[in-house]
Amino acid sequence: MNEILSKIAGCVEFGKINRAAPYPPHMKDQEGADELTRQALEEGVSAQDILTKGLMPGMERIGIKFRENKVFVPQVLMAAKAMSTALVHLKPFFLTGEVKQKGTFIIGTVEGDLHDIGKNLVSMMVEGNGWEVIDLGIDVKAETFIEALKKHENAIVGLSALLTTTMVNMERIAKAIRAEIPEAKIAVGGAPVTQDFCDRIGADAYSADPQGLVEFLNSLVA
Amino acid sequence: MGKIVDQIMQGRILVSDGAWGTFLQQKGLKAGECPEEWNLSHPDDVYDIAKSYIEAGADMVETNSFGGTCFKLGRYGLGDKVFELNKAAAELSRKAAGNKFVLGSVGPTGKILMMGDVSEDEMYEAFKEQAMGLEAGGADAIMIETMTDLDEARIAIRAAKENTQCEVFCTMTFEKTLSGEFRSMMGISPTDMVNTLVDAGAELIGANCGNGIANMIGIVEEIRKANSAVPVLVHANAGMPVYCDGETHFPETPEEMARLVPELLRAGANIIGGCCGTTPEHIRKVREVLSSTRC
Repeated sequence: MNEILSKIAGCVEFGKINRAAPYPPHMKDQEGADELTRQALEEGVSAQDILTKGLMPGMERIGIKFRENKVFVPQVLMAAKAMSTALVHLKPFFLTGEVKQKGTFIIGTVEGDLHDIGKNLVSMMVEGNGWEVIDLGIDVKAETFIEALKKHENAIVGLSALLTTTMVNMERIAKAIRAEIPEAKIAVGGAPVTQDFCDRIGADAYSADPQGLVEFLNSLVA
Repeated sequence: MGKIVDQIMQGRILVSDGAWGTFLQQKGLKAGECPEEWNLSHPDDVYDIAKSYIEAGADMVETNSFGGTCFKLGRYGLGDKVFELNKAAAELSRKAAGNKFVLGSVGPTGKILMMGDVSEDEMYEAFKEQAMGLEAGGADAIMIETMTDLDEARIAIRAAKENTQCEVFCTMTFEKTLSGEFRSMMGISPTDMVNTLVDAGAELIGANCGNGIANMIGIVEEIRKANSAVPVLVHANAGMPVYCDGETHFPETPEEMARLVPELLRAGANIIGGCCGTTPEHIRKVREVLSSTRC
């Protein structure tokens, strides 16, 4: 069982989707996350183990390499693709409650900002680390964040911005959420965002990279 | 007037313009508003920006068309106005430029090819439509900029080359990694960039945006190591934005930018201008340094 789980972790880490996928070159003609996940389920490995001992370690390794600038966006996207291919096979077990996710993370790009590459990257990394992710999309208003938080109690919310001009909206939205739901946990991120800005607007966490956010989220449920 | 690259081949160092996006914001563009829509709704403001750079001594001015592909404009419900908005952008800068050059700005689509967001053909068509609009409005060159992915850059260059008579330029955006190398968001180094862009037909390459002018020196040095002949342009940010009391402020002053111009020239840059946060005053100072040194 451990062998197949570590193979799955490797497929996620290196972005090997399935046997037919040409990427990465060094894993050509090998089975990918798709086949191995199906095979593991057939062999009776639990969906929970596939998630926590296969997919999550793979995502964690790529997240750390990304933070260390050893890989870049394309490698993370391929890893996320491999991960989501595997997750398709696990989804039925999420629905029955057989697999427990760590919690719910709500994410959106703030009002006025239409950029989504960073937000999508983060949402895939968080999902691959065992969280349910609710993606509210781009140009998201404070009310929409607040509604989602009320609907998903104990969820943690992440605000994304790429433009310097929408940092103003990030501040306004963070404060609106805080006013409505004082105990909300708010994370912020995006190219112009800094720890100093996070502190100033009263958000709970900032990370320059997705892995830092994952670590923050995990610390809340540890 | 001839071509921009011909002037460079004759040994001239040229000055480009400064920021557009942050300048439009100063003039009242709100977050969530479409900058390119201003070419029709606020033509006088757009013209003023172009004019202020020409008056500051720039040899060329860009157009207000950075987000002018159907992918970006479509997010504002303006996907059917690509040609019109780009043509208007070029006309406004053309009017301000007089006998100076107009660079038709083309930014990234925001789509990632490797994720299957769009096909190469769809991307090609989007860049083609934009470039043709810019040419129709009077652009001399198509300035493909802020690229991070080589495939997207290559497709944009090809679309502009095959469908316009304009000179075609391309710059990418690099940041310094923890180990001190320069890489784009997609992991491309300046060295990786050079051959692909030149092979695709770019007549000038370089770097824009980023974390300030100091990094640009290292980036130009790396480009020059890979290719000693190709013309190189730099459009540098005025540093990383600092947020304070609801406003963002770019820290590098015109004097700081101008101080590094001689080093950029030594590294091998042929055209120097600014990106986010730079103002007509930055361009005026760059022009002063060039006038007093070698031009």
